[in-house]
Amino acid sequence: MPSRIGVYVCHCGTNIAGRVDSEGVARHASGLKNVAVARDYKFMCSDPGQDMIIKDIREMGLTRVVVASCSPRLHEKTFQKACQRGGLNPFLFQMTCIREHCSWVVADPAEATAKAKTLVAAAVSRVNEHEELYSRVEAVHPDVLVVGGGIAGIQAALDIARSGHKVHLVERGPSIGGHMTQFDKTFPTLDCAACISTPKMVAVAQEPNINLMTMSEVVEVKGYVGNYTARIRTRPRYINEDRCTGCGLCMEKCPKSVPSEFEEGLGKRKAVHRNSPQSVPNTPVIDPASCIYLVKGKCGACKQNCPSEAVDFEQQESFLDVQAGTIVLATGFDILDPTPLSQYGFGRYPEVYTGLQFERLNNAVGPTGGKILMKNGQAPESVAIIHCVGSRDKAYHEYCSRVCCMYALKYDHLIKDKIGHHARVFNFYIDMRCFGKGYEEFYRRVQEEGVTFIRGRPSEVTDQSLSVEEDGKLIVVAEDTLLGRPVRVAVDMVVLCTAMQARHDASEVARVFGVSCGQDGFFLEEHPKLGPVSTATDGIFLAGTCQGPKDIPDAVAHASGGAGQALSLAARGEVSISPTVSWINPDICIGCKMCVGLCAYSAIEFDERRKVCVINEAMCKGCGSCAGHCPSGAAQVRHFNEKQIFAELEGLSQYVSPIRQPARADAP
Amino acid sequence: MQELIMTPQMQGEPMPGAAFEPAIVAFVCNWCTYTAADLAGTSRMVQSPNVRLVRMMCTGMVDPKYIIKALLGGADAVLISGCHPGDCHYINGNYKARRRVKLLMEILPRFGIDSRRIKLTWVGASEGNEFAATVNRFAAEIKELGPIDTRSLPLL
Repeated sequence: MPSRIGVYVCHCGTNIAGRVDSEGVARHASGLKNVAVARDYKFMCSDPGQDMIIKDIREMGLTRVVVASCSPRLHEKTFQKACQRGGLNPFLFQMTCIREHCSWVVADPAEATAKAKTLVAAAVSRVNEHEELYSRVEAVHPDVLVVGGGIAGIQAALDIARSGHKVHLVERGPSIGGHMTQFDKTFPTLDCAACISTPKMVAVAQEPNINLMTMSEVVEVKGYVGNYTARIRTRPRYINEDRCTGCGLCMEKCPKSVPSEFEEGLGKRKAVHRNSPQSVPNTPVIDPASCIYLVKGKCGACKQNCPSEAVDFEQQESFLDVQAGTIVLATGFDILDPTPLSQYGFGRYPEVYTGLQFERLNNAVGPTGGKILMKNGQAPESVAIIHCVGSRDKAYHEYCSRVCCMYALKYDHLIKDKIGHHARVFNFYIDMRCFGKGYEEFYRRVQEEGVTFIRGRPSEVTDQSLSVEEDGKLIVVAEDTLLGRPVRVAVDMVVLCTAMQARHDASEVARVFGVSCGQDGFFLEEHPKLGPVSTATDGIFLAGTCQGPKDIPDAVAHASGGAGQALSLAARGEVSISPTVSWINPDICIGCKMCVGLCAYSAIEFDERRKVCVINEAMCKGCGSCAGHCPSGAAQVRHFNEKQIFAELEGLSQYVSPIRQPARADAP
Repeated sequence: MQELIMTPQMQGEPMPGAAFEPAIVAFVCNWCTYTAADLAGTSRMVQSPNVRLVRMMCTGMVDPKYIIKALLGGADAVLISGCHPGDCHYINGNYKARRRVKLLMEILPRFGIDSRRIKLTWVGASEGNEFAATVNRFAAEIKELGPIDTRSLPLL
């Protein structure tokens, strides 16, 4: 029986109809083979638009539906559900995009209309070959895996754990807390970072539903939404967490000192060390690269002095597989290394600091005990703060790092507060971006404190003085773009507001989890506006700065969003899985086993008795690697099978005008 | 002569560029290039209207016979575009596409189809500008190359 197709062409207000003659496209479609009805409507996705489809299915007995509107990535599900409400299997529907791929990108209305007609014809031709398919329902494992224990990971883990679901929280470093534990104060309220983050860290340690794994990384992820298995590698800490009381005697006795990563190179730490007394877990860690015992085989001062016999040099790397239904990625960000921006002299002049180093100078447990001091032990009389170092810069990162303006204002205030009002502070900025709650008010307050703002990106920081006043100082050379004249400002200390950037290994991590990275290197969300926490991979969500630069309130809000999405799957307990997977026709399969080797998911097995290959539908993801290669054409992806693609191509090629070729000399 | 086609130019007629509008079929993967095409649309990046997209889940499912079918159906060229190497949503489907296209490019010239009529590109989901540029560049190349032989064949 020939199918009865309904074709619906959307105007999308003027988004489509402004360029494409939607009415004409519908009229044209009504003349296509098997089309029972073709209509156009202002907004197909609206309720009246959907009701129109439902009514036609019921009253006109449509067996297939085609909608020509926006991208199927936006509304395919909407219309599939409408078909379902009308009593039609959702897979008997085809959507074609005449907005993003046509009306918005084709300049000439006649060409745009012609292209839309072709696309509709292809969809009509294809939908004839569609088959009824049924989604299958799978159970969702109730546990959630959270990767990264910064403030975003902590927030996500706590949100999920408090709902009663178990969380595996995996942190690469020896302690959770992330970058926030390095900060001193937080803008704009100036509450101390440790005071607000430590209770959260402790809550993680005390939460029975959280299985905290530090020194650990996820090395492999298998499975699919609802049923992930993650392989976690735990590096040795060399100190038994269960025995250690956190007394810190080992750190006192350790004879080896090295520059501390946590202090951003400004201070020293021992080979056995702990980031801060508030670390969670409170157990120190022995760094195998600097520990004398682990490098040379002798010393053991920590082991001899440990009162609880917690030091264990025999610890080995271990692996653990955990099951989780959903995954939240909260892997955070890196700070741009400003050394390549040699004009600012970082690494060349000792008094040039990164923002994070300046945080440590301010921190009460930092290398200077919270006093802003230069390397000579004196407090600086004048400080220059250079904004947008590596941000808003085509040579490094085009994006705005979103936090620098605000933390620069915080530094302004702290310098005035700690050194005294006589200390002069100069901000070199491009634009001040104070967009959050209470941020503009804070900007105003700092301006009133007597801080100088100079609009212009400095060309260099130099120690070449041109006058007696500049001797022995760092001179920031810039153009004040508001006054339109060059300025030289001599200061004692320079702080660079370095860009936030994606983790150096973000692309490898993305590969492990099967998510993708955007052009800026951060993990790519499903939709920049409407799907900022989900990814293209079902069941994997993003939290915090792994998706893009964020300040603490935004990172926490984003993390709660990611946790909420993960929870909605975990709480429901089941997920419907698309039936668009591969199928091998046993009557056609010749048993060559070519597909078995091609399948990236090991979803194909060879049935020895029948001598044919068989797809395990639970493991198949529908990538079609088998179908693309099968020499006999037995392997086909459902909803993307040979007949359907051929029909679509035939629909497209109907409109290719034959070109009369002059007879060839050698033609018969 | 590499190309078997007899263009009107060779018959002493004016340049075909003005009249000839190539028909190009593009097999694009849902996760990267189709998304990039959406982004190019949302960003209103004007593109040559000659390219029509066929949405596939992965370039790895593009059977060479689909490409041949499109060429025989009168498409002047076929674009296959997916995720960047290593970024495939399905681990390594794009590598499989790369192998198949390479083989196809060796075979097709023996049947009189210029291998320049097939192009394999990687356009990531965030590269809307790259997608628009690829489409425009390819359409211009094919305009230059002229229509495919099969357009003049009676029935296929």
